[in-house]
Order: sequence, then structure tokens, then C-alpha cells
Amino acid sequence: MGLAKRIIPCMDVENGRIVKGVKFVEIRDAGDPVEAAIRYDEQGADEITFLDIRASADNKETIIDVVKRVAEEVFIPLTVGGGVRVLEDIHRLLLAGADKVGINTTAVFNPDFIIEASKHFGNQCIVVSIDAKTVSADGETPCWEIFTHGGRKPTGLDAVEWSKKMQDNGAGEILLTSMDRDGTRNGFNLPLTHAITEAVSIPVIASGGVGNLDHLVDGVLKGGADAVLAASIFHFGDYTVQQAKAHMAAAGIEMRL
Amino acid sequence: MTVVVVDLGTGNLRSVAKAVEHVAGRQKVVVSHLPDVIRSADRVVLPGQGAIGTWMKQLEQEHIREVIMEALLNKPVLGICLGLQALFESSTEYEGHTCLGLLPGKVEHFAQYLTDIDSHLTIPHMGWNNVKQSGAHPLWNGIKDQARFYFVHSYFGRCVNPNHETGSCDYGISFTAAAATDNIFATQFHPEKSQHDGLRLIENFVSWNI
Repeated sequence: MGLAKRIIPCMDVENGRIVKGVKFVEIRDAGDPVEAAIRYDEQGADEITFLDIRASADNKETIIDVVKRVAEEVFIPLTVGGGVRVLEDIHRLLLAGADKVGINTTAVFNPDFIIEASKHFGNQCIVVSIDAKTVSADGETPCWEIFTHGGRKPTGLDAVEWSKKMQDNGAGEILLTSMDRDGTRNGFNLPLTHAITEAVSIPVIASGGVGNLDHLVDGVLKGGADAVLAASIFHFGDYTVQQAKAHMAAAGIEMRL
Repeated sequence: MTVVVVDLGTGNLRSVAKAVEHVAGRQKVVVSHLPDVIRSADRVVLPGQGAIGTWMKQLEQEHIREVIMEALLNKPVLGICLGLQALFESSTEYEGHTCLGLLPGKVEHFAQYLTDIDSHLTIPHMGWNNVKQSGAHPLWNGIKDQARFYFVHSYFGRCVNPNHETGSCDYGISFTAAAATDNIFATQFHPEKSQHDGLRLIENFVSWNI
């Protein structure tokens, strides 16, 4: 009984297809996003996230079309991120059927945009996406830096400080991706996840690196995450969402079964 | 028969409209902020997300406060999220706001109640939580007691009159998850985002005879 931890299948979308890379490169095709969303909903996904990894003008239209089609048939929360630069972008995504909008690069270049967006649309729909990479050497005090542009550009921002700032600016939730782990299937970066969940009081979604179901359990029990996001293990059919939930529940985690 | 989803420019209006369309059968579903459309509708869905102050202001600016009050007194109305909070007497959000005052009670922030012991409880209260039904109600038909619904909110209301509370939820504190009068049913959770049980509740609403 009580609030359940969430499992969120995530789809990186490009040209209307799901794609998945390793550490943000080596991208391969992983199916149709609308079909996959319907399948994950049937399997008991608690939310679904779409990330527009290209965010070009064309791809923006494509993702809006995907969201519209999914929202006709899937009645669980939908988050869409990628390429959100102005309030009108958020408005269009919400109108298409998104419930929450992920903001990443724009927040880095203009942190006040989060203040504006949360005032306008309410903080419940503003998710700040953070891509963090370990920048300390082994043996040093761990330190993580924010990167933008699919992980290509360092920003000099400390991930823990940045998370607090985004919470203060009105973010309703943080989607935390470890770039060291993304697509590696080696598990979440737990020290990073733990550092952020300790630092903020808004929900944190752990992302990047899930390769088996124990990793999901660790994200919650060791990382302190409120939700766990995974892509490859679901897209390539290793596990169903149902199996993942049953496994987490067996580990003593409150789940919606 | 027409169901109107009241458009106050709030966040996920489309999600609400799509969910109502999904279960409305032969009833017509319209999204509108026009007083005449709301006045002539048979049922009213009152969704809301974001800040209550903005929402209350919108009611005034669109000149629909009066027509909404009429509906709240004699038509089947389904309130969602702010559509529940607005029914209480007041909210402490920001500087404090006077609400519509149909349900005795006030709306407060979780932070005032979540102590250090509960510090693992994040705010907003976001995700799927159990709703304890206070008793039978036509809108609970086919929905199990303690079913999980999707919540996302930082403020909550508590009914002073226990007869108004039809469902409760625990998140560090017990709060009103659903409240009802003879013709209103209002939920703090989002039925439009609560999969099968949420759709069932909306379906029960569109066939509710008051």
C-alpha cells in the first residue's frame, strides 16, 4: 500500500522510428513507437517517455504525430522531451496529448526558462532532463558534470548543484541520465543517482544503463529513485514490463501490479 | 446528450477530452470555454492543472464562473485535480485564494505536513497510489476498493464533512482523493491517466443519473 515506484519505458525517436544507441552513439532501429507504446501500456507501464533525439523541424512534426496517435489509445501519463526551446513548443506538445514535457539544453542556456515554464503550465508538467557524466578520476571524490547536445558539449555545471537549482526554479521532476552508462547495460550509475536523490525533494527518474531486472531494483533501493526508466531491455524483448514489475515487487518494492 | 469539457487553458486538457471521447459512446463530447455551450450541456467535466489562482482568474476572465456555479448545483459534474480543489472554501497556494466554497474544508501544501520522518516522500506526490473508497457510489462501480490511480499534485484538500468524502489516500497524511455531493464527483487523481480504472470511472460518470 502507498505510492508505487514507477517503471517508465523510454523511446528515443528519430524519423518516426525508435532508435537506441550506446553511450549516445552507434544507433540502431528498435521498432515503431506507436505499436511499442500500446504494447507497454498493456504490459502495465506506469508512464511512457518519448525523446526526440534529433529535434529538427521535421522530426518535431513527426513526434507530435506519434504523441497524437498514442494519446488516442493509451491512457497513462506521457512525457515528451527534446527540442523544447520556447513556451509554444510546450503548448503544442500538451495539445498533442503529452502530460509532461522534458527540457534539457534550453534549461542549461536559459535557466529562467524553467521558472517561466513552470509558472505558465504548472510544475507538474515540467521535467528537467539532466545528462551527467563522471568527471572525477577513480579514487577522487566523485563529481559529475552536465553535458548537452546528446552528450557532446560540457557545460562546467556540477550535476548536484544544477539539480537543486532546477528544483528551485520550479521543475516538478528530474530525469537523470548517466551518460557513462547509457546503453551499456551495466546498471545505473548509483553514486550519481544517490547524490541527486539526496539533494532534492522532487521525484527523480533514474536512467541510463539498465541491462537486467536487478538494475531496476538497485535504482530504487540503492539509488533512491522514485521511478526507473529503461529502453533496450524492453525494446529488444529481453523482458516485459510485467516481468520487471514482478521482479521489483519480489524485492520488496511497492509496485502497481 | 452532450458532455462539455471546460477549457480553462490548463495543461492536459486534450488528455481529458480524449479519455471522455473514448468512453462517451453516443454522447457528444465538446471542449469549450463558452458560457452558452456549458449552459446547454447535459454533463460538465471540469479539469484543471497548475496554479489554482490562475485557474480561478480564468473562470472570471472567461465569464463562466456563474454558469459553472449553476452546473455545480444541478448537473452531473466531474471535477479533476484543480476541479476538486476549487470546490473547497480556500487554498493556501501562494498568497492564499478563496475558492468556490461548495465543500467545507481548505486546500493545503504537503510540505506543512511531511516531517523529517517522511523526508523520503517527494513533492509533488507523483505516481500511482491506492484510493480507499468510503462507501458505494455509482462512480465506483466496477472499480475495486484500494485500486491505484495516478496522482500529481503538491496541494491537497480535506473534507470537513465526512459525508462528502467518497475516497481517501495516504501520503504522509490522509487526504481527500475523491469527494461528492448529490450531483458532483470530483477527484484529486487523474482518471484520464489512470488506465482501465480511470476510464471506468469516466464511463460511470457519463452514465450517471443524478
